[in-house]
Amino acid sequence: MNNHFNTGHAGSTDSSTKEQSASVRTMDIVSKGLSRRYKAEKRFRLYGITAILLSMAFLSMLFISISANGYTAFQQTFVQLDIFLDPDDIDAQALQDANYQAMVKKSLRAMFPEVKTRTEKRQLYDMVSTGATYQLQDYVRKNQQMIGSVVQLWVPADDDVDMLIKGHIPRDVPETERRIKDTQLSWIDKLLEQGRIEKRFNTTFFTGGDSREPELAGILGAVTGSFYTLIITLLLSFPVGVATAVYLEEFAPKNRWTDIIEVNINNLAAVPSIVYGLLGLAVFLNFFGLPRSVPLVGGFVLTLMTLPTIIIAGRAALKSVPPSIREAALGVGASKTQMVVHHVLPLALPGMLTGTIIGMAQALGETAPLLMIGMVAFIVDIPGGFTDPSTVLPVQIFLWADSPERAFLERTSAAIMVLLAFLVTMNAVAVFLRKKFERRW
Amino acid sequence: MSSSNLLLVLLMLTAGGYFLGRRRAFVLAGASGGGRQILHSRPTYYGALAALWCALPALIVFCFWQIFESNVVTQMVIAGLPPDLQNLPTDRLGLVINDIRNIVYANIVPEEISPAIQAAADHYTRLQAISNATLAVMVTTIAIAGIVWVHKIISPGLRARNHVETMVKYLLIACSTIAIFTTIGIVLSVLYEAIRFFKIVPLHEFVFGLDWSPQMAIRADQVGSSGAFGAIPVFMGTLLISAIAMCVAVPIGLMSAIYLSEYANKRFRAVAKPLLEILAGIPTVVYGFFAALVVAPLIRNAGVSVGLDVSSESALAAGLVMGIMIIPFVSSLSDDVINAVPQSLRDGALGLGSTHSETVRLVVLPAALPGIVGGVLLAVSRAIGETMIVVMAAGLAANLTVNPLNTVTTVTVQIVTLLVGDQEFDSPKTLAAFALGLLLFVITLILNIIALVVVRKYREQYE
Repeated sequence: MNNHFNTGHAGSTDSSTKEQSASVRTMDIVSKGLSRRYKAEKRFRLYGITAILLSMAFLSMLFISISANGYTAFQQTFVQLDIFLDPDDIDAQALQDANYQAMVKKSLRAMFPEVKTRTEKRQLYDMVSTGATYQLQDYVRKNQQMIGSVVQLWVPADDDVDMLIKGHIPRDVPETERRIKDTQLSWIDKLLEQGRIEKRFNTTFFTGGDSREPELAGILGAVTGSFYTLIITLLLSFPVGVATAVYLEEFAPKNRWTDIIEVNINNLAAVPSIVYGLLGLAVFLNFFGLPRSVPLVGGFVLTLMTLPTIIIAGRAALKSVPPSIREAALGVGASKTQMVVHHVLPLALPGMLTGTIIGMAQALGETAPLLMIGMVAFIVDIPGGFTDPSTVLPVQIFLWADSPERAFLERTSAAIMVLLAFLVTMNAVAVFLRKKFERRW
Repeated sequence: MSSSNLLLVLLMLTAGGYFLGRRRAFVLAGASGGGRQILHSRPTYYGALAALWCALPALIVFCFWQIFESNVVTQMVIAGLPPDLQNLPTDRLGLVINDIRNIVYANIVPEEISPAIQAAADHYTRLQAISNATLAVMVTTIAIAGIVWVHKIISPGLRARNHVETMVKYLLIACSTIAIFTTIGIVLSVLYEAIRFFKIVPLHEFVFGLDWSPQMAIRADQVGSSGAFGAIPVFMGTLLISAIAMCVAVPIGLMSAIYLSEYANKRFRAVAKPLLEILAGIPTVVYGFFAALVVAPLIRNAGVSVGLDVSSESALAAGLVMGIMIIPFVSSLSDDVINAVPQSLRDGALGLGSTHSETVRLVVLPAALPGIVGGVLLAVSRAIGETMIVVMAAGLAANLTVNPLNTVTTVTVQIVTLLVGDQEFDSPKTLAAFALGLLLFVITLILNIIALVVVRKYREQYE
């Protein structure tokens, strides 16, 4: 291309005829290629748009598939049972000794007197969750005056019934390929007719710990574990990160040592997270003998992992404070520490906070290093402190994603929705802080 | 007293120290009749000095105590065990200690408790109670002693500000060394276990072996699980999945970066850029679930419909989703370097009559190439180290293949499978995970260093 222009230029210094023919020739060449070049231009633009649209398509596909799978988990099917609290069976002095399971079964048999064989009975009992027993026990403990009368109780249905009601188990496939048998189907239809089956808001999902039964499983245990882990991470990584950033940016002399620290931090930011898990396993668990599966150790590991992010963000925030502020402070007689603490830090703090929130969001979504330090255990109880065995929300998602039950699929998706909601909130706060306190000098 | 309560007490003591120190300064100033001007520093610095001397020594003692407490207590319990238990081989002794710990922390109580172990558990509890009480007394004494000492030395001439500032400076230096210690910790911990592994399995067998099946025989006469630790198939799997990911991420990421920085108007950019960044903020476990739930069946069905035999844990699905995850990484890094190309280069190219795309392809991209290469290298290191997507969507079988429709395994998958759950710490199976971790760390480190050097060089070029 350059050659053509050169010939045109050279021609202009020669005689006028030559100039004309030369420029015509150049123009011809240029305009001949023009349509091809404009097409290439359009194509190139199209590639760019396609690339962006493709990423958007992936993003929306991810969100749509997860919410389409997950929104049903916020509802749970309940079955209404009429349970006779027989005073012969329940001793008011020893409430916990009564056989509540038998009472639930009895009420089921009373609804379907035609059920006789053992297999059928078992199928019938399988229709309500094992949690019904505990619910009844709770109810009796709270309403002792009801002993001797018939109570109507809504108890959670088994996950297979739940899936059928939500339409995840098709009715029109052969019985052998269906987890709900034909007899059970007829009972369900009858219950539906009587208005004894109802979908309600699934509070267990937000108030329960983990469980092997999908209808009794909840995320509160994991959320609490995440909370404790993040508290430790925040308490350790924010002060240390800010201190490191301040030292490197404001105090450190420019020498070999600080150079090493700087390169080190940049490298640590790119170390795979699972390597931090190996570090936690070898150092915190095996060398220092800290207990497994506790938020304390999880917090330590995540602190080391998020520190580089916070330090790098902190340094950027400190760099954006103009030197005139420092010079003015020093000029009126402040010491270097006073200059930093009273003037530079307050101006850099919004940027540092933004970086910290983004680091925390990263830590909240992190799974791999926590697998290494044993936070994958099956833990039913909701942790009550920093040294109680617990799991975290992403690990809970990982555990549920491995479960074969169909009902866990929607619960996994719902847990992901909750996790994403937390992350979006945190990032929105970060963006808000940046917008509100950002200062252009 | 539990550690958290102790820390709370320490916090209160520190606050108290601050106010006492400050008040002392005021009192001294008032007593001398000269007013606050006679103080060398402002009163808050006297308070801060007291608070620092109260908190720092106590905290240091607290940390060291916590670090060494459990080891010391365990040693003392072992010393107190009856001789027949003490003379057990180390692994059996470890089990006994575990039993004792379980009894103490009331996690799981073994079915039958021998009196010796019960006694040892009681001993453990007693020692722990003593240790806790000693720690509480020591920490509070040290804290109070610090306050009292500072209270005593406070005088109008005391250079409190300078003292405080020196202490703060050393505190800052200590914080900045944590990054160094983290690196040293990673290197040492991974290296130590890896060396133990290479004592059992020779290095050349690990690096050049073509067979990976890390099952070890539990009994000597067991058949078929001798254990093979050749890392080649595992690394090939990692490379295959990373290559697929890069095939997705580099074109899409680069093209979106070009479009956003060269073509898009301000409004489109303001919408599209944050949307792209959302992709970067999604946790990897979500991508893993997405890969296993949506993408893998999709690819499998598509393959079956054209008559291909696709594994349900194909490398393609994992690589594809990993590529999606890396798109924003590539695009934001390339965006930075493309924006750093001086406008004069573009103006020159446009002035010579080249079209916009020609400018980008022939001028801007070559100028930005080193930076883009650096960014791609960083993305590769990220793909190699990515864990959750492959754990959930890729397989466990170590096949030596380059067919993306087959199932392969990766370094990170193997680390997770070898280390999750109960492990004993001297079986080559567990140690192999650390050997893999060492190689992972070294490879990503090399990639990162090259990338950082390239990016830094490039930045200086146009500054």
